[in-house]
Amino acid sequence: MKERMERKVFIWILFFAGCLCALVALIFWNVTSGSMSVSGKEILGILTGQVKEGAAYQILWNIRLPRICAAFFLGGALAVSGFLLQTFFSNPIAGPYVLGISSGAKLVVAITMILFLSKGFRVSSFGMMAAAFLGSIIAMAFILLVSLRVQKMSLLIVCGIMIGYICSAVTELLVTFADDSNIVNLHHWSMGSLSGMSWDKVKFMTFMVLLTCIVTFFLSKPIGAYQLGEAYARNMGVNVRLLRILLILLSSLLSACVTAFAGPISFVGIAVPHLVKLMVRTAKPILLIPGCFLCGAIVTLLCDGIARTLFAPTEVSISSVTAVLLAPVVILMMIRKGAAKR
Amino acid sequence: MDQRIGLKTENLSIGYGKKVLLSGVELEVRPGAVLTLIGPNGSGKSTLLKTFTRQLKSLGGKVLFLEFDKNPDGGESAIQNMDEMSGGEIAKMLSMVMTERPTPELMTCREVVGTGRYPYVGPMGILGAEDWQKVDEAMKSVSADEVADKSFYEISDGQRQRVMLARALCQEPKVLVLDEPTSYLDMRYKLDILENIRSLSKKLGIAVVMSLHELDLAMKVSDRIACVDGTCISKIGTPEEIFSGDYVQKLYGIEQETFHPLTGEIFLRSKKEFPKVFVIGGAGVGLPVYYCLQREEIPFAAGILFENDVEMGAARALASRVISVPAFHPMDDKALEEAKKVLDQCEQAICPLQEFGPLNEANRALRDYARAKGILCEDN
Repeated sequence: MKERMERKVFIWILFFAGCLCALVALIFWNVTSGSMSVSGKEILGILTGQVKEGAAYQILWNIRLPRICAAFFLGGALAVSGFLLQTFFSNPIAGPYVLGISSGAKLVVAITMILFLSKGFRVSSFGMMAAAFLGSIIAMAFILLVSLRVQKMSLLIVCGIMIGYICSAVTELLVTFADDSNIVNLHHWSMGSLSGMSWDKVKFMTFMVLLTCIVTFFLSKPIGAYQLGEAYARNMGVNVRLLRILLILLSSLLSACVTAFAGPISFVGIAVPHLVKLMVRTAKPILLIPGCFLCGAIVTLLCDGIARTLFAPTEVSISSVTAVLLAPVVILMMIRKGAAKR
Repeated sequence: MDQRIGLKTENLSIGYGKKVLLSGVELEVRPGAVLTLIGPNGSGKSTLLKTFTRQLKSLGGKVLFLEFDKNPDGGESAIQNMDEMSGGEIAKMLSMVMTERPTPELMTCREVVGTGRYPYVGPMGILGAEDWQKVDEAMKSVSADEVADKSFYEISDGQRQRVMLARALCQEPKVLVLDEPTSYLDMRYKLDILENIRSLSKKLGIAVVMSLHELDLAMKVSDRIACVDGTCISKIGTPEEIFSGDYVQKLYGIEQETFHPLTGEIFLRSKKEFPKVFVIGGAGVGLPVYYCLQREEIPFAAGILFENDVEMGAARALASRVISVPAFHPMDDKALEEAKKVLDQCEQAICPLQEFGPLNEANRALRDYARAKGILCEDN
């Protein structure tokens, strides 16, 4: 028994060490790759603050580094949000995208964009964030209402997908009657992209994501109890109602944050928790939450790197990369799980 | 056990939403005692148990934790009302095993049992060495230690139920609530689980409330039985009090003969038409013949039986006609004549009975009578 325990701990240490290595490698790759090559010496100079001007400084400090930070935090946020939703619905394919949260966010963002731009205002990043957040909460609230009425959680996923379709339809409708200049922006946004990050945005998202993730981490204990089901969680003294509200709030906050800054990014939220569970062979939230965050960051950095460099200088939308890379992973995982249960 | 705590309800009303299902529930479970709820499906057993575990809000009245003195007949004191306690406080008092088994991903049985320590561990939910020791002890006490490192998915339903029982024990409850702990289990695990519940309740002084569908087992495992009939607790008492007369048959709305309250046997309904076959049985040898005829839907008569014969329950339930004599009395000519009359109208007679003595001499005569008539089926 003890040996098994030690082996497990060894696997966990190995996992986190591997994550850190991958993270460092990916950051290095993302810093160096691009249309302009930057030498290692220059990078070191810029990072230590000795070089403060020149094209290399501009590209690295104002474009690549904020983008890397955004990929790191938003990717982590997506994965943690997916983990929370999967725990809450005890459904393996729950995620911000599948449950229509992203579509809800998109609809409200579209309305805001078109409304504000037609009156001549520019929508600030905070405004976008607020709109996306509002959209996710509305979609989530709807899902929650349905979840109170139906017992079968699989029905909920169907509802989420339907909500997604409705929101998309309304968005399309709005787009049809909007000015062309507005549509370009919206279209660009809805593709999902990590380009155009500034340090201001990064600061804001870092604050939001870190705060939410830390709160989530400290909810490890009740989340762990919730994995045995609501009845047992309550019997263990968990305030189930409060936990539900918190889980929804936190996951919505996280996915709203991502949608606001980078547009909808699919599949990271669904696939990463499965990948992490497969690797660490445990369901302990205390390990899974940081694990998901790190892995989400890694996957997003990888996908963003590919999106940038695959057809350089043209950029591919990040969602197409995540979908192609991660959708097969989700399918494989479902098949494996189906086989294991029997 | 330093504290001996049991559960008591006072004028409790329960139900879903605002609709009251059971009202005026007055129950008491003492430490070290087992209270079993019986009653038909949908009568409110689970609803009552769910109210104890706070999955449902009570619609009136109180659920109390009572401290009992060491003397089992002694008084009660230090009342704590469940509605006034926090979730954490209740968790240290009451644990449960529900009918629906949880489906945790990637958890070993030991980890599942470990969740029982939840109310006792710190804010990050990490179990200390002492907690793990309690986990192992709990698993050992229900002989689930051999599956400790297996995944909760890998093991059988019976073992899973053992693990869930260990989980509930390791929560160190004063009151244990179990909803149909024997469902989905085979005979061996049914006995195993109930024996564990019974002995652990006595050993640790835990008050047990559970629901059971197997009346024969309920009779044997319970200290007290409460009958739930869909509107109230209709009767509470010792198993002997409940399983006498025809109360249980009425509770479940079944015909009186189809359940034998003394043995707990249940019988399928048979065709009670004019008998075609006469079975001469006694002391159990006739039972397979009765069951066979019942399956083939052939109406039959049985006789001559003593009133206290083991076959009597089955004969009453299945045979169209039973000829019997009072227990420990010789079978007299009157009974024989009556049996002959019935036999005359039958197309066939079967005599599985091989042993005859001074008390059942009439049965030998009956067999010879049938043989003489040429309707006796010789090779069963």
